[in-house]
Amino acid sequence: MAAAVEIVAASKRFGEIEALNRIDASIEAGRLTGLVGPDGAGKTTLMRMLAALMTPTSGRISVAGHDVAAAPAAVHELTGYMPQRFGLYEDLTVIENLRLYAELRKLGDTGLEQTFERLLQFTQLGPFKTRLAGRLSGGMKQKLGLACALMGRPAVLLLDEPSVGVDPVSRRELWQMVGELTDEGMAVVWSTAYLDEAERCESVLLLNHGRLEFAGKPGRLTERLVGRSFRIRGVASDRRRVLAETLDLPAICDGVIQGESVRAVLRAGASPAALDALAAQHQGRVEPAAPRFEDAFIDLLGGGPGGRSAIAGRMPEVELAADKAVTCRDLSKHFGAFVATDRVSFEVQKGEIFGLLGPNGAGKSTTFKMLCGLLAPTAGEATVAGYDLRRAPSRAKLELGYMAQKFSLYGLLSVRQNLEFFSGVYGLGRATRRRRIDEMITTFELERYLESSPDALPLGYKQRLALACALMHRPPVLFLDEPTSGVDPITRREFWTHINGLVRRGVTVLVTTHFMDEAEYCDRVALMYRAKLIALDPPDALKQRAATPDHPEPTMEDTFIALVEAADIPARAAA
Amino acid sequence: MSAVQIETAQRSLDRSRLFALVRKETLQVVRDPAAILIAFVLPIVLLFLFAFAVSLDVRDVKLGVVLESDAVQAQSLAAAFSATRYFVVTPARDRREIEPQLISGDVHGMVVIPQDFDLRLASAERGPLVQIITDGTQPNTASFVGGYAEGVVTGWLAGQRGGTRALLRLEPRYWFNAELASRRALIPGAIAIVMAMIGTLLTALVVAREWERGTMEALMSTPVSILEIFLGKLLPYFGLGLIATLGCGLAAIVLFDVPLRGSWLALLLLTCTFLVPALGQGLLISALARNQFVAAQVALITAFLPALLLSGFLFEVDSMPFLIRALTQIVAARYFVASLQTVFLAGDVWGLFVPNMLAMLAIGAVFFTIAARKTHKSLDT
Repeated sequence: MAAAVEIVAASKRFGEIEALNRIDASIEAGRLTGLVGPDGAGKTTLMRMLAALMTPTSGRISVAGHDVAAAPAAVHELTGYMPQRFGLYEDLTVIENLRLYAELRKLGDTGLEQTFERLLQFTQLGPFKTRLAGRLSGGMKQKLGLACALMGRPAVLLLDEPSVGVDPVSRRELWQMVGELTDEGMAVVWSTAYLDEAERCESVLLLNHGRLEFAGKPGRLTERLVGRSFRIRGVASDRRRVLAETLDLPAICDGVIQGESVRAVLRAGASPAALDALAAQHQGRVEPAAPRFEDAFIDLLGGGPGGRSAIAGRMPEVELAADKAVTCRDLSKHFGAFVATDRVSFEVQKGEIFGLLGPNGAGKSTTFKMLCGLLAPTAGEATVAGYDLRRAPSRAKLELGYMAQKFSLYGLLSVRQNLEFFSGVYGLGRATRRRRIDEMITTFELERYLESSPDALPLGYKQRLALACALMHRPPVLFLDEPTSGVDPITRREFWTHINGLVRRGVTVLVTTHFMDEAEYCDRVALMYRAKLIALDPPDALKQRAATPDHPEPTMEDTFIALVEAADIPARAAA
Repeated sequence: MSAVQIETAQRSLDRSRLFALVRKETLQVVRDPAAILIAFVLPIVLLFLFAFAVSLDVRDVKLGVVLESDAVQAQSLAAAFSATRYFVVTPARDRREIEPQLISGDVHGMVVIPQDFDLRLASAERGPLVQIITDGTQPNTASFVGGYAEGVVTGWLAGQRGGTRALLRLEPRYWFNAELASRRALIPGAIAIVMAMIGTLLTALVVAREWERGTMEALMSTPVSILEIFLGKLLPYFGLGLIATLGCGLAAIVLFDVPLRGSWLALLLLTCTFLVPALGQGLLISALARNQFVAAQVALITAFLPALLLSGFLFEVDSMPFLIRALTQIVAARYFVASLQTVFLAGDVWGLFVPNMLAMLAIGAVFFTIAARKTHKSLDT
């Protein structure tokens, strides 16, 4: 049987930029193929070419037997495409959107109602048929997008990052739906930056910097790592220190924190002896672990960054007036009749990494903004470094550094001007200001970008700059709002190296994230759902709560889903 | 498929697909408060504005009359100033009373009737009878005050000399707008502005919005053709424009007492014709600018401002400098405003309408041709 998609030496250039470089691949029908790679790898460009919305600069792509450059109309007939951004009309209802797409594909009136019924049932959107698409939650929007892309039973279904910004529960549902479709013989291409999703695909195309690094079953890539992945358990000392030391070993190519333990990957052909010695030094033990796709991915790209953070090295030990870095009691926020945060209470110790997790719209951003003094609470109280946010908000703000989603740097100012601006905002003296700026430039290696705009910076440097700006006044408490969304795994590791280093100096970190593996870096995780705090524990303890006899070692994602579903049961019973 | 076949596929027109798009767009218009605002609320606001606030008529101008002479004739002239409805007179005995008011702008000019007024009147030399001082900071008002004050004096003189013997009197009479109420000429212009807004601004915005929100990308991945996408956009806004014209016309007639001396048929036909270049321009803007902010800026500068300034609506085309006058030739609103003023104030003058309509269609054809060349069903630019 012919492949559903044939890509032969396809390249795409945008002016000077080579987005894709001689890609050769084929995609089979009846299979879920993952298109994987970090941000900017060329995933969306390839997707758009498969959807015949762009033509390759050189090479050839055929989809369902038709060339995308010569016969785009035929390709449009035979493919369903779901763009990265929600491509439906927010001011039309669910059923109006479905009807529009049915008519554009000329499905005819006969059996149309059954088709809608089937799709609504499939996506569980039946009860929301007459709701405006703009009022759906993130997960439901993606399901509606999927339903519209499925109209007319396409031979090839193209989904561009369908799971971005979607919480783990909706993500799992989407995944199951797509599984059913491939069982019916459809070819499905699912692009993603989540490496745990890639692992579950039947076949993956791994892109990096516009090049195809790997094509085939994910297991084949992971196989190469057998015998090289380990877990260090039961260490007596600080696991962040163990990680830093592990990463500095020449035999190690990658390492992350996983709850109480440290996960390490050996370089090809290296001996685990040094790792054993290090573990013994900290009274821990080394156990072999099953390799993950992410280990293989980092290995393929040449390994992660080292364990030392230059910025943490220069930071003096943090002094904190209060013993609790952040506290909140019965914190609530109402927007009209809508309750965004409902009586949330917790305390964060000095030098702790505290994670705030939850599905979309659960209220974590609202809670976060109240703690940074960006939103006034409706009720309840909160303190940062001992200062009451209601009585001394500006004093409290001097004690905290805030790194917003998308970094919030000034694109019209140069890198140096951004640094100067943020040091000025925090009212540092002239001499201190100059010293700190020089320090940030050296430690984050910003020298060669000083005169460019932050917008022109590679993502990793942009993130360094954002962190530098947030750290300018040496805050004892650091707030990070989805600091790594859209950032590739290598850059994310480098970022966490800095954070771990800062925490070892006594900085307290509060972080929100959609990456479940990042929750593992946290000392404690607070899970929010429907404006309430439904769980608060160290990651390993949370995972224990989700463990069942047939599933003794649930992942953080399994845990998240289990806890959210458990919280739904009393809610359903009440309704 | 050969290249020719693809071209037909890209440009094909399918009735049911087009109908689906038109229905979608109509639903969006009905649910979009901005569209309703521009199509129905803005016209009414503009009409009110032009009817009551923006009047180009000069009336009730404040004037100081300094009566330095006690002669009977001098008092009679002062009374003549008070009698005209164009001036509101502040009487004074000394010019020093009026000067500060002139400086502060409380009066726009002053007329000094000198002490020796009766002597000057009697003398054969015919030296200046009165002194007229105007406020030069507002040149238009100043020249009006000067001219009209002279007129009052001349008229008064004629009355004095002629007495009852005047058998012949010159009485000016303005055709089509007998009371010279500028509102009557302005309201047809207001309709042109509203149509430019609906046709160009709204169209440019809604297409740019599809690009911005990513809905265009999803739409383009379906078998729909580019012709269907654009007709699906144009038809609803064409309809909206006609409904708004009807609303404006009714409001003008019922609320503002503007006569419609021509026929409704001519009015609607003219509007239909004007919508062709207006929509074409909107489509062209959206083909070039794929975000709403840029589209709005371009539409305001290239459609709204010319419709306001270069259409002959506020400023008469004939009194513009040559270059600007030449520029108005390519402003479709100019032909529309001239035709609208005729249809409202004069009647159905097809000899004027037909060339104007042809000009508008020609401008529209240019816009559509460029827009069609610039648009492809592809994300490659």
